Amino acid sequence: MKIVAICGVGVGTSGILKVNAERALARLGIEADVSASDVGSLEVSAADAQIILTSPELVDKIPPTWADIVVIDNYVDHAEIERKLLDALG
Amino acid sequence: MPLPQLTEATVRLGAAARDWRDAVRVAGDVLVASGSVQSGYPQRMVEVIEEFGAYVVIAPGLALAHARPGSDVRADGLSLVTLQTPVSFGHAHNDPVHVVIGIAVTTADAHVTGIADLANAFNDPDLVPALGAATEPATAIDLIEAATARGAV
Repeated sequence: MKIVAICGVGVGTSGILKVNAERALARLGIEADVSASDVGSLEVSAADAQIILTSPELVDKIPPTWADIVVIDNYVDHAEIERKLLDALG
Repeated sequence: MPLPQLTEATVRLGAAARDWRDAVRVAGDVLVASGSVQSGYPQRMVEVIEEFGAYVVIAPGLALAHARPGSDVRADGLSLVTLQTPVSFGHAHNDPVHVVIGIAVTTADAHVTGIADLANAFNDPDLVPALGAATEPATAIDLIEAATARGAV
C-alpha cells in the first residue's frame, strides 16, 4: 500500500499530513508506505500510489490519476484523517 | 537537528494585518529580524499562496506559511504571529486565520516530525483563543509547549 501526501512545495504541510496519516494507520493497524511530495512532482511520486492525501485547495491541481484522492480539511484532526483513510481503504 | 525553538524574539502577538498577504509578511518579517532568512523570503512566502491557493490554512484558524528552501534561507527558522483581527485566506473550511506560523528550512525534508508535533498542538481548540488572549510572548510559548506535550500522539 502506497500513500502520498501532497502540498504545494513539499515543505511543512505535506509533512504534517504524512506524520498524522502514519500515526492514524498505526492506530488502525494498517501497514502502508506514506511519503510527502509536492504537486509539481506528483506524476512521478504518485505513479504507483493507491491513495493521495491533500487539501481541498489543491485538488484541482492534481493531474489525472488512478489513485483515490482523499481530501483532508483539518490536518490536525486525527479522527477526520482516520475516518477518511478507512473509507478510502474500503 | 530539532526544530528551532520559539523565543521571545520570534513570537509577535496581536499583529495588525489588513489581509492575508500582510499576515504572511509579518510572519516572514519576524524570520528576517531573527536572522534566519534574507529580506526576499517573506515575498516568496506570499507567492506560494498566490500560486497554490490557501492550502496553507491547515486547520481552523491556523496558517502555516513558508516558501521553498532557497539561497535566501540562512538557517532553519520558526516564527509565531497572532493577529489583532483575524483575516481570511480564502480557504473553504478553515478561515478566518488567527495564528500564522512562519517556517524556513534549508532542505525540504527537515523537521517534518517537529513541524507536525507543533501543528498537532493546535488540535486543542482552546489553544487559538488562549494565544489570542496572551499578552506576553513567554505566555504564548508556554501555552504552545503545554499543548504540544498534550497533543503528542
